[in-house]
Amino acid sequence: MTDKIKIENVDLFYGDFQALKNVNMNIKENEITAFIGPSGCGKSTLLKSLNRMNDLIEGVKITGRILLDDVDIYKDMDATVLRRRVGMVFQKPNPFPMSIYENVAYGPKTHGVKGKAQLDEIVEKSLRSAAMWDEVKDRLKKSALGLSGGQQQRLCIARAFSVNPEVILLDEPTSALDPISTMKIEDLLVEIKKDYTIIIVTHNMQQATRISDKTAFFLVGEIIEFDETERLFSMPKNKKTEDYITGRFG
Amino acid sequence: MRNRFDRELDTLNLELIKMGSMIESAIEYSSKALINQDLSLVKKVNELEIEIDDMERTIESHCLKLLLQQQPVASDLRIISTALKMITDMERIGDNAEDIAEITKNLVNQKFIKDIVHIPQMAEETTGMVKRSIDAFVNKDKKQAEEVCRSDDIVDNLFDIIKEELIEKIQENKSNGEQAIDLLMIAKYFERIGDHAENIAEWVIFSITGEHKMP
Repeated sequence: MTDKIKIENVDLFYGDFQALKNVNMNIKENEITAFIGPSGCGKSTLLKSLNRMNDLIEGVKITGRILLDDVDIYKDMDATVLRRRVGMVFQKPNPFPMSIYENVAYGPKTHGVKGKAQLDEIVEKSLRSAAMWDEVKDRLKKSALGLSGGQQQRLCIARAFSVNPEVILLDEPTSALDPISTMKIEDLLVEIKKDYTIIIVTHNMQQATRISDKTAFFLVGEIIEFDETERLFSMPKNKKTEDYITGRFG
Repeated sequence: MRNRFDRELDTLNLELIKMGSMIESAIEYSSKALINQDLSLVKKVNELEIEIDDMERTIESHCLKLLLQQQPVASDLRIISTALKMITDMERIGDNAEDIAEITKNLVNQKFIKDIVHIPQMAEETTGMVKRSIDAFVNKDKKQAEEVCRSDDIVDNLFDIIKEELIEKIQENKSNGEQAIDLLMIAKYFERIGDHAENIAEWVIFSITGEHKMP
């Protein structure tokens, strides 16, 4: 499998505070990569750097290179193009205050898709990919805010699908969901990885072991260990990883 | 951190030590029952075997509870999976001791065709292997576990010596055959006990290194 994303010597500062320290890693295409680590370790910062969400924060300085298909996303790619190719789903479901249909159609519309038939097709395909078409097909015009938390989160995933991205970033996507909604999203991610490259930040170790192919453990802005998930959770090489995953950290 | 889980692991260690000591007693009694031709020791082995089975259930349910509640990973997961594998071999040793005691019942009123010298040595050696393998588990001592694996060769050699001697006895006098076969079976059960003790030590090595010993 090819390297979809290459992260080379990345340092990131919020003002004087260094949030990422010389991060190097390659993310394979069609795999699920999990980022784990205690709060404040830099995992979400790195995730946000991958579609330049950090550009929106004042005082951020980033050095090193992040390449998507060997193109430098900070130097040689427009942020709008990048964010179409690299979608993001957040911890808290954030549907727009509009209908289910409009939530999914919003992205394609802003990217210039106008025909109703084409939008209908995108909406259905995206909702099917997010395994919720059958649940909502009869109430597409209803407000997305009336959906359950788990459905709202899957709608946000459908919304990410709608612009046909290549990479999907998820920042603790199931931390606010019940076990059944969590299981549906986990099954969904495993199902769709054949078509996408997925990176997930999670505090749930079992979730990382259940769905990810590789796991990276972060601590105070550094990658301590990055390995096959099964290996990292059964025979971690670094004592800090062992201490963290077995709950003896600190 | 994880005080409760660490305390549970300490309890698990104590349970394994207790089961190990029951097994050592069962091996010792089965050997002494034979040498002293003592039926009361046969009965003790039978009683111990029941207690060993109960202890296996207790440790098994403790391990399953820890898997369920703590969802262990890395070395914690290896420790619990190793404990689950160890108790299976430990329980089999209890069964083997009982098998020895059963055969001994046939022999209590017979005059031995030879001095019983090597069987007690096998009992002593295997008792030591069980004790040291459990110590190695509790102390996470890979070197000690490796020594246990090597000790199995001593047990295997003793079995070969006994076999040769018994063949000679049968050749001397065909009427020695029946007792010779009983003694050979007893020696074979001790040899199997050695194999189970070696298995335990191999699991201990796995719990420490994460890798199985190459055959």
